[in-house]
Amino acid sequence: MLMPVTKGPQLAMIGVVSAVMALGSLWISDPYYQLILSTVPIWATVALTWNLFSGYTGLISFGHATFFGLGAFTVALLFIKLGISPWYGLMLAFIVGACASVLIGSITFRLRGHYFAIAMLAYPTLFIFLFDWMGWQELTFPIVRDHPMQFMQFKDGRAYTLMGVGLMTLTLLLTLFIERSRFGLAMMSIKQNEMAAQAAGIHTFRVKMMGFVLSGALGALVGGFHAVVLQVVTPHGVLGTVVSAQALILTLFGGVGTLWGPVIGATVLVPLTEGLRAELGHILPGIQGVIYGLTIMIVIVVAPEGLYWKVRDILHRKNSASPELKKDRKNITWVSDGAKRIQSTTTILRVEGISKAFGGLQALKNVNFEVYENEILGIIGPNGAGKTTLFNVLNGFQIPDAGVITFRDNITTGQGPHQLCSVGMGRTFQVSRPFLRMNVFDNVLVGALGVCKNSEDAKFLAQQALDMVGMSEMNDQSIQSLTNLELRLLELARALASQPKLLLLDETLAGLGTAEVDAILQVIHHLPSQGITIVIIEHTMQAMMRLVDRMVVLDHGQVIAKGLPQKVMNEPEVINAYLGKKWMTLHASH
Amino acid sequence: MYIVIENLLQRLVTGIMVGSIYGLLCTGLGMIFGVIRVINFAQGELMMLGMYATMFLGGLIALWLSVGSAAGAYLAIFVVAAALGGVGWMIQKYLISHVSGFKASQSDNQGHFAQLILTLGLSLVISNGALILFGSSPRTVQSPLASSSVTIGPFSEGDIMIFLNQARGIGCLVAIAVSIVLYLIVQKTRLGITMRAAADNPKAATLMGIDIEKSYATAFAIGTAATAIAGGLIAMYYPFHPYTGFEFVIIMYAGVVLGGMGSMLGAFWGGFTMGLVQQLSTYFLPFQLQNATIFVLFLVVVLLRPQGLFGKNVERA
Repeated sequence: MLMPVTKGPQLAMIGVVSAVMALGSLWISDPYYQLILSTVPIWATVALTWNLFSGYTGLISFGHATFFGLGAFTVALLFIKLGISPWYGLMLAFIVGACASVLIGSITFRLRGHYFAIAMLAYPTLFIFLFDWMGWQELTFPIVRDHPMQFMQFKDGRAYTLMGVGLMTLTLLLTLFIERSRFGLAMMSIKQNEMAAQAAGIHTFRVKMMGFVLSGALGALVGGFHAVVLQVVTPHGVLGTVVSAQALILTLFGGVGTLWGPVIGATVLVPLTEGLRAELGHILPGIQGVIYGLTIMIVIVVAPEGLYWKVRDILHRKNSASPELKKDRKNITWVSDGAKRIQSTTTILRVEGISKAFGGLQALKNVNFEVYENEILGIIGPNGAGKTTLFNVLNGFQIPDAGVITFRDNITTGQGPHQLCSVGMGRTFQVSRPFLRMNVFDNVLVGALGVCKNSEDAKFLAQQALDMVGMSEMNDQSIQSLTNLELRLLELARALASQPKLLLLDETLAGLGTAEVDAILQVIHHLPSQGITIVIIEHTMQAMMRLVDRMVVLDHGQVIAKGLPQKVMNEPEVINAYLGKKWMTLHASH
Repeated sequence: MYIVIENLLQRLVTGIMVGSIYGLLCTGLGMIFGVIRVINFAQGELMMLGMYATMFLGGLIALWLSVGSAAGAYLAIFVVAAALGGVGWMIQKYLISHVSGFKASQSDNQGHFAQLILTLGLSLVISNGALILFGSSPRTVQSPLASSSVTIGPFSEGDIMIFLNQARGIGCLVAIAVSIVLYLIVQKTRLGITMRAAADNPKAATLMGIDIEKSYATAFAIGTAATAIAGGLIAMYYPFHPYTGFEFVIIMYAGVVLGGMGSMLGAFWGGFTMGLVQQLSTYFLPFQLQNATIFVLFLVVVLLRPQGLFGKNVERA
């Protein structure tokens, strides 16, 4: 659905839509309709620039007006105070937008989710107060008598509409290009699970910043253009919450994170607003807002993901209403090799004296162990023993307070997850969140992006990983149709796609039935023979005994036993930690 | 010299009074945000409704019971709070529940996008509806308290005198009392414990037999009621209009984030800090920039302490 599809049809669609809008604007000469017509592409572009960052990374911003407003003020101030033509002003607006994005991003990326969204509210508000105080309550562009063209003052309003359509077309093309690029997939992988993206080798801060700067710079450009069209700028008009809200509403109404969503939203809602204002605004002020509000509420309850997806789902259902629910799925079968692996004595990972505390809680206390090449090492321990913290420290999500980690003969303590991934450390997560709207192959492809320079290699690795888990026939399946077992295998394939030398598996078997556990065990069992060393956290003791070569037992952040599974399980300390003293004394008396 | 001290003290006292009321405002929002994890953009509009309702009902109550306009308004605040609490309950039950919780867990982004649109739409409907019903000119709750004050002092041989505006002073006391009651409800009662459980881990709470939809609706109701009370208290000294909600919703959210999520105390102190800094800044900066300072402070805190001033968890950092 994403990478494999060619851009052709979408390119054609962009051409058709732009041509229709441009021709439509030439057709209509009535100045009022011309104004509405020129606002549609402008607001579509505002929404597209918002979507470019927020839609694809999932980091909702309530402050897009910052960039829109800064662009507008840049153009207006340069023209009014220094007599610089908006042609140059727009270029500068673009640069101002980019610089503001870098600054704002480096402050605000410290927050995630809702907190990021809310913090973004502060910036436009701040600028409103500032510009009001500077005395820029209303900046009007002076009318230029000689050479009006040089100052972007056209007699014919259609010129603005054409330029607006041009701006929208450019943004659409850019969005299309990004959506199909590694960069676009990297942004989407952040939306899905930022930690998993890091673990898959993606430098998430850099990806977010790039998206943000692009979105901010283009937002400022369209803000500047909007100012040129209206020839007047007010702080509330260009920086108000209404602007940010409009970008958000148009995009979400049409379909967030899609190429066409923002355009659909603008095409439906902008004329609706203008029409309502013109028809009803003077009869009953406020009624247009009520109707507008009700409209978006009703649509979002009916189509929570936006019109684009709703329409697509309906069309899709019609097309494939026939009973083929792909039930002829191949049963996943496995051949056990039975033979025990040859133990290697080369150490791939050495953990020495690792400690980590959270406030008063000592999560890990002087942990020592080593992992040998091509073995399967199990880490067990009761809840709260520090297993997941240990993984987080190993793959760089958390920096240990003390101790040294040596991975493939290099000290890696303190390196970030994406760096560790690039040297061959992969990881799965307890909670997997696949892209619901992507097919199996694309979901795995994301895992390969961090380590591949070009997308052909990435595709090859993704296919290889799917083969390794036995899902090679299921490339085009949608995520919704997968069984629980297949979802786990998919998660495993995603981690394998980054070509790890060492793979950390975090409770891959949790919540599966016996048959499903068997199926996954088979897959994992084969990995060492392909040069992949496994460290697995698991609760299911029985499964662990069958799978692992050696075991490390954690309790209260300390290693209390390590060695061969049978030996470890008979140690009194382990029995004590797992089953309690009571059980021991009970059984001792027998 | 005395002038300086007097000015500063005056602003400090005003700041504490306004801060307490903002504290209650943020506590209300903090409950909704903290328990349901939904960004409710209509919260400001619900506050604005509380302001108008207090004004109209206050006048009626004063007539019926033939009490003073101030007493009428304070009585009205609590009736209005109960009514708007009911509205909040219905908003959660009939609107937001459609796009949150288990129903939305299957969609990308857990329905967050849809929640935003829904509450933005709601805020547009309420504010524009208010414009139709009440007109655009600013209104106030008419009472003698807004323009009368209690004098503290004089100190230092008559050089320092501080005025306590009565509307703000009473508002401050009411806000603190209501905040304490809310705190006790959340910390001590069965209702509060089920709400916290639902907030912490909805799945586990459901398995423990807690009706989380009910907990959510209750949290929304209580949060809205608290906001309505704060709105009524503000209306006693501050002119309002149909778009007042927009002004305040940003302050509310900034306060909640500033204080740090997870505890109601954090939300209260976040709002308190907002009010205090806003008032103190007028001493150093021109009036137009008084709200700018609170956002600068907000951003500085975000930069230095992403978990908020009083927050402990680093979930969002």
